[in-house]
Amino acid sequence: MREIEAATVTKAVRDLCIEANTELPESHLKALRRAHEAEESPLGREVIERLLQNAEVAKERCVAFCQDTGYAVFFVEAGDRVRVKDGTLGGAIDEGVRRGYKEGYLRKSIVRSPIDRTNTGDNTPAVVYHEPVPGDRLKLTMLVKGAGCDNMSALKMLTPADGVEAMKDFVVETIEKAGPNASPPVTVGVGIGGPFEKAALLAKKALTRPSGEPNPDPELAELEEELLDRINATGIGPAGYGGTQTALAVHVESFPTHIAAFPVAVNLDCHSHRTASVQL
Amino acid sequence: MSKEPIHIRTPLTRETNESLQTGDVVLLSGVLFTARDAAHARIKKAIENDEPLPFDPEGQVVYFTGPAPARPGHALGPAGPTTASRMDPYSPLLIERGLKGMVGKGLRSEAVLSSMREHGCLYFGAVEGTAALLADRVKEAEVVAYEDLGAEAVRRLVVEDFPVVVVNDLRGGDLYREGRERWRRRRAR
Repeated sequence: MREIEAATVTKAVRDLCIEANTELPESHLKALRRAHEAEESPLGREVIERLLQNAEVAKERCVAFCQDTGYAVFFVEAGDRVRVKDGTLGGAIDEGVRRGYKEGYLRKSIVRSPIDRTNTGDNTPAVVYHEPVPGDRLKLTMLVKGAGCDNMSALKMLTPADGVEAMKDFVVETIEKAGPNASPPVTVGVGIGGPFEKAALLAKKALTRPSGEPNPDPELAELEEELLDRINATGIGPAGYGGTQTALAVHVESFPTHIAAFPVAVNLDCHSHRTASVQL
Repeated sequence: MSKEPIHIRTPLTRETNESLQTGDVVLLSGVLFTARDAAHARIKKAIENDEPLPFDPEGQVVYFTGPAPARPGHALGPAGPTTASRMDPYSPLLIERGLKGMVGKGLRSEAVLSSMREHGCLYFGAVEGTAALLADRVKEAEVVAYEDLGAEAVRRLVVEDFPVVVVNDLRGGDLYREGRERWRRRRAR
């Protein structure tokens, strides 16, 4: 059994919070540059130019490139031969978020309850999804989830008779409905299969994949391409001002499902697509 | 942006607003007041209870934003626009009291759009997610009300050449609708 100090996890999480909020991943910058070249609307092109400029300034000054520094969401792959000592994994992650958001001058956006709405003051609790894997490694992937785009997400319980076409239509309709609100060009996470909550979780996890990296399953990769093409035909464009680049990428994740079910979930990420990971 | 920018100084008047149209790129200079969800809810309560408002809305421009904390030496932390539709239930209350401009992102309700046209108020879009660049255009920032709301407090900002685009003008123009129609590919694969 390998042991990792809770303090090590805390330090890593603190650094992830600051890195994810101030530096766009290289794969995402590449996708933005490609969209800048491909965009046909002059206004749309200027919007993307500003986004790229903003990313540069944010990195250079180590400031958040969006004021909504979001929910701190973590996907944790925990090896079955690793344990955290002198603390708990959850406690260590929360402490890392507390420090990262304070020391990185990041906005604290989490309220204690949707009804009471008092700010917790330190952006905790972190949202942690735990996945057991074999081995002695601990991998933490952070997704900074802004609410503007998260609010435009949707889930539908289709039936087998509705079929694949209905699933595709639902994805495109969700983007159409979101329009400018989700801050396009967006990254689209799609989860299909599983029971209700699994589809939603897959849609969110799909957002952590490097921008534009196709699903290894060729059938799903083809689906991603077709959806991207249909979404970019909507005309919504950068910032919703009209254009040919509404989404940078569509990432589809699939999971076995029930004979009677066909859940589909769509989770959107704005053009400030913030994810970072570390392996301990 | 793609057009030659128009320099406008706040406060705004109905006459100034009538001269602008959808798609115009505007550089705002002068004062903006920040307010978002919680601040708007309090403003509504203040109106209902006949209490003073955090600022006189006449001619003013509200910026829907909740800035991140400022690093030492900066007037304001990163501050981009937030989704405006969440303010839809409240905006007509301010528009009826003279508000002449709103800066945000995303769609507005029909009720807000018709109130804007009636009272001569414009809706401007700022590019969301360019919070670091936009904060550079803020020269002064002070909290003027609801300090306990933190990021959501009402702040008085003095801005210089703050870049926005006219999304909804007084003639019923709508950049979101027109842009989407113009660039929609009719025969998708």
